[in-house]
Amino acid sequence: MDIKFNEILKEKKSTISKRWLDTMIASYPKDDSGFLMSQKDRFANPVGYTFTKGLDGILEVLIKDEDSAESLQFLNDIIKVRAIQDFTPAKAMAFIFQLKTIVREELRKEIRQNQIYVELLEFESKIDDLALNAFDIYVKCREQIYELRTDELKRMTFTLLKKANLMSEIPDPDPESEPKDQN
Amino acid sequence: MAPKVKLPKPGELSKIEFKNPATDWMDTPVEFKPGTYCWGAKEKDLLTLGLPNPRQWSPADEDWKIPDGWESTIIEGIAERLSKYRSFKVFMDICVRCGACADKCHFYIATGDPKNMPVLRAELLRSVYKKYFTKSGKFLGRLAGARELNMDVLKEWWSYFFQCTECRRCSVFCPYGIDQAEVTIIGRELLNLVGLNIDWIAGPAAACYMKGNHLGLEPHAITGNIESMVDDIEDITGIRVNPTFNRKGAEIMFVTPSGDLLGEPGIQTCMGYLMLFHELGLDYTWSTYASEGGNFGFFTSNDMAKRLNYKIYAEAKRLGVKYIIGGECGHMWRVLNQYMDTWHGPADFLEVPVSPITGTVFENAKSTKMIHISEFTADLIKHKKLNLDPSRNDHLKVTYHDSCNPSRGMGLLDEPREIIKAVCNNFYEMPENTIREKTFCCGSGSGLNASENMEQRMRGGFPRANAVKYVREKHGVNMLANICAVDRAALPALMDYWNPGVGVTGVTELVGNALVMKGEKERTTNLRFEDLPGKGGNE
Ligand code: SF4
Ligand code: SF4
Repeated sequence: MDIKFNEILKEKKSTISKRWLDTMIASYPKDDSGFLMSQKDRFANPVGYTFTKGLDGILEVLIKDEDSAESLQFLNDIIKVRAIQDFTPAKAMAFIFQLKTIVREELRKEIRQNQIYVELLEFESKIDDLALNAFDIYVKCREQIYELRTDELKRMTFTLLKKANLMSEIPDPDPESEPKDQN
Repeated sequence: MAPKVKLPKPGELSKIEFKNPATDWMDTPVEFKPGTYCWGAKEKDLLTLGLPNPRQWSPADEDWKIPDGWESTIIEGIAERLSKYRSFKVFMDICVRCGACADKCHFYIATGDPKNMPVLRAELLRSVYKKYFTKSGKFLGRLAGARELNMDVLKEWWSYFFQCTECRRCSVFCPYGIDQAEVTIIGRELLNLVGLNIDWIAGPAAACYMKGNHLGLEPHAITGNIESMVDDIEDITGIRVNPTFNRKGAEIMFVTPSGDLLGEPGIQTCMGYLMLFHELGLDYTWSTYASEGGNFGFFTSNDMAKRLNYKIYAEAKRLGVKYIIGGECGHMWRVLNQYMDTWHGPADFLEVPVSPITGTVFENAKSTKMIHISEFTADLIKHKKLNLDPSRNDHLKVTYHDSCNPSRGMGLLDEPREIIKAVCNNFYEMPENTIREKTFCCGSGSGLNASENMEQRMRGGFPRANAVKYVREKHGVNMLANICAVDRAALPALMDYWNPGVGVTGVTELVGNALVMKGEKERTTNLRFEDLPGKGGNE
């Protein structure tokens, strides 16, 4: 990708990253205390911490224009949280697309001056790739919620099943459906 | 010159509103989305327990089938409790809204929903109290933070009082010691007056009322399950332990939550108890009637808790034991340590617990006559009465989760840690603001460990899991130890979601593995039938 575009992006990174986080937090119920943003302790505010670190990390990888595998880890951490927070799938993942708006708004002048529309589109298609990965992660998280329920039931009835010699009839968990460690 | 391009903003093309509408909490009605609430109590269970308004209903329905006049039932219920419980009256009156508790609740931390702030959770009830019981509220209404009781309010109560695990973390931070758990307890009592309980509480409570334990295990099932653990212990150690049941004249009666008798990893904890007591030659017996240490009545009402608790002293009296040892459980200990004596004491027919092995007198249990297995074991370890080989746990990197009730409810903080350090070589603490008195709840306590609300549980447990994640990344922790049966049932799912690869264990299971028993054969597996470090073919 054009060096210029990435350089401009780098300059504006902290503003973009802050706005991105703001947009994300706006999807939560109105809260005058501003807790999710203001509490910086990573243990007292794991949601805020995961988002701050994750969004910044994703942006970093996008700017470095490197292998996207690194950003998947951050994406995974964020989506895991969003997937259990009462959002519709669209709302849970909207933040990825919102990055496009933010980048366009922040870089509007520079893009016009330098005529780097192609680069912008290239950048945006990287965001699209990210979104596709995010869908996969999201669906996996949601499926896992149901698996957790059946696994729990199996653990709860362990002795009964064993006694009735039923244990062997329960097929070994399919390795594909085992919770994957993405971390 | 390049053509002028005017791209539409992506947001312009999308019609979905991603922001949350900013309404005041009083104007934000509650929604019931699958995965985030527990099922309503079943008709048959309310009938068994003699609770009001038994019927089939679902929280997702518009009509909750509440009898006419329910408003006065609730208001009268509040009046009665205000006069009966001074703490309730005080908690309704003294909150200064300093906000110190606001961000301390795991449900708020994980959802950002202000109604999950402890201060606001109390306000859900306080606003109604103000309307009907204070002058300012009567005259100024909403200006004074007061509001009418109506069906929306009732549904909101149900949603948020069953989104509080009664963990009491908030109370640690309140300068006035306001205990939101107690407000929730009263809130649930009020809801029960009109038939609003959850299935996962009413079901086990009804089973306990009829059969003596939450799982509804009958005496032959209890002895049968324990016998099969005895077989497993023999396979592993070569030693046949001999538990007795309902034996009159035993020195000690042992009571544990029934979760230890059925599911994994509860049964391995139970095997640990059996091995430890056998090795000590303890003169103890199990009761197949007082077969539940836990008390889901406690999550229903004071009366129900009292009723279900009764059997423990009654059975101790019938068997003529000297005192009682209780197994690893959470809320069980809040009940036994803080309520049992008031309800059914003084237990004059029992004696102050004295360890027959070390002679230690448990003065702390002078009144209740019941001690926690961790106190008992830690004392044995302190006096070097156990032959332990911690290297058998060398494949484990252990961290310890303080269950809310033993830590905040009875100050049991160091005993489990001393035990773990004696039986494991690798122990790592989670960060300071997530353990001991400030421990984060598992997210499934107070009867919320149903499976239909899995999503809610994953949220509530996120702060806990997040701290485990930290020690896993830093030290490679792979085992989460605890002394609570609900933890053992609920944490495996929490770990599978947030920290795959981290297992869950009761502390006494770790003891059972490290315990070198007299005359045992060389062990090749642990209590889960997994190869011991250095002993298996897969090393
Ligand atoms: S008792 Fe626990 S769950 Fe309930 S409001 Fe306080 S911190 Fe939250
Ligand atoms: S910390 Fe205590 S006084 Fe302060 S808002 Fe919370 S409950 Fe009220």
